[in-house]
Amino acid sequence: MNTRTQVYLWAAQRMSAVVLAVCVLVHLGTLIYAVQGGLSATEILGRSRGSAAWAAFYGVFVLAVAVHAPIGLRSVLAEWLGWRGTGLDALVIVVALAIAALGMRALWAVIA
Amino acid sequence: MRNDWRARSHAGWWAFLVHRVSGILLTLFLPLHFLALGLALEGEAALDAALRWTEQPLVKAAEVVLVVLLAAHAAGGIRLLMLEFLPWREWHKTLLAVAGGVTLAVGVGFLLNLV
Amino acid sequence: MSVLQVDVWRGGESGSFQRFEVPRLESQTVLDVVTHIQRVLDPTLSYRFACRVGMCGSCAMTVNGRARWTCRTHVAEVVAGGALEIAPLRNLPVIKDLVTDMREFFDKWAAARGQFRPSASRKDDFARVEPDSPRRQLVDAGIECIGCGVCYAACDVVSWNPEYLGPAALNRAWTLVNDVRDGARDERLAAVAGDAGCHACHTHMSCTERCPKKISPTAAIAGLKRATLGAALKGKA
Repeated sequence: MNTRTQVYLWAAQRMSAVVLAVCVLVHLGTLIYAVQGGLSATEILGRSRGSAAWAAFYGVFVLAVAVHAPIGLRSVLAEWLGWRGTGLDALVIVVALAIAALGMRALWAVIA
Repeated sequence: MRNDWRARSHAGWWAFLVHRVSGILLTLFLPLHFLALGLALEGEAALDAALRWTEQPLVKAAEVVLVVLLAAHAAGGIRLLMLEFLPWREWHKTLLAVAGGVTLAVGVGFLLNLV
Repeated sequence: MSVLQVDVWRGGESGSFQRFEVPRLESQTVLDVVTHIQRVLDPTLSYRFACRVGMCGSCAMTVNGRARWTCRTHVAEVVAGGALEIAPLRNLPVIKDLVTDMREFFDKWAAARGQFRPSASRKDDFARVEPDSPRRQLVDAGIECIGCGVCYAACDVVSWNPEYLGPAALNRAWTLVNDVRDGARDERLAAVAGDAGCHACHTHMSCTERCPKKISPTAAIAGLKRATLGAALKGKA
C-alpha cells in the first residue's frame, strides 16, 4: 500500500470518527430512553418501521462504523499480532464489507 | 528489549489501552448486534425472543459493560480528535478527566434506567 | 553509611542483572552510582556518558523501568526500598551492559529528512525571522532536543512497529517544516507520512511524559499529521 493511501486511511478513520461521535451520542440517548420499562419488539419496531429519519440516521451510522472499525483493526493486527502486508489489507476490506452488509441487513429488518 | 508496565504507568498510556480494548470489543460485538436486529426479518416474535433472552441478569450486566465501552471509546475518541486537530495546549489530562466523567455518567444513567 | 542495592544489566540482548552494593552518598546521581561500580567494583562494566550536566544526551538508561538521563536523576528521586535497577535503553539493540547501538535511531532522523536544506544562497541577505512569529514559536517548542533517545526508548509504537520513525526524528522534522528558510518541505512531508511515519502515532504521550527537556513530540507529530494530510490532498505527498 502506498504512503498516500495510508494517509487517506488515517484521515478516513478520523473523519468517520467525527460522524460517529454524533451518531453515538444520539444512539446512547436513544438507548437510555428505550430501556426504560424494558425492551419489546413492538416498541422498537413501532419506532423504526417506515421512518425515513431513523433509516437515514442509522444508514449513516452503519457506513461510518464500517469505515472506522476495520482501519482500527488494521493497526491492532499489525502492532499486536505482527500481521502486515497485502493479506492484512485484503482482510480489512472484507471486514469493512461484512460490517456494512450485516448492518444494512439489520437496518432493513427494523425499517422495512 | 521492550518496556514494561513501569514505563507505561501514566495517564496517556492507560487512556490508549482503554481506547484500544474498547475498540476491539465493540468491533467483536457489532456482528452479534446486527444479527440480533436481523431477527426482525423473521417477524416480531423472533426479535422478541432475543429480547427476552437479554433480560437475564448476566446479559444485562454485559449490556451495561457494552454501553460503558461505547461511551469510553466515544469520549476518549473525541479527546484524541481534539489533541490531533486543535492547536496544541497542555490539556490532555483535563480532557481525560472530562472523558472519564462523561463515561461514568453515561454508564450510571444507563444502569439506573435498565434496572 | 547506608548502602544501595543496585541491579545492573550485564551482557548483550540476552544478558541478566548483576547485583552491586554501592555506598549511598548525599546528592548522588544515578550516573555517580554507575561510575562508582565501574571505577571501584568492576572495571569491565560498559556505559556511556560525557558531559555529566544534561547537555550531551549520551547517558540515558532505563532506571527502575523508565528511560531517564542518569546524570540529571538524583538517586533520591528514583530509589525504591534502597534498591535501583539500571538497564540499557529499550527499543535499541544492546551492544554490551548499558550501551545500546543508536545507529537505527539516528538513521531514522536522516530518513525523516532531518537535515536543513537552505532555500537561499550565500549571496542572499540574512533571513529575518521574528522571534514571536507563530512558525518560529512552533520551532522553539521542539528545537532544544539533544537526541538522547529517551523518547524513542519510551515509545511503544516503536516496539510494535519497528519501521516507525519515532518521536525524536518526527519532532526534528516538524521544526524544519516550520523553518521559513528551509527549502525541502514537500520532500520532508512525504518522508514522514503514513504507517512508518507520523500517522502511526497513537498519542500514548510516553515521549512527552518522559522527555527530560519537557518537549512534546506528540504535539509535533500532531502537527505533521495535519500538514502531511494537506500535502497529500494537494498531490504532494
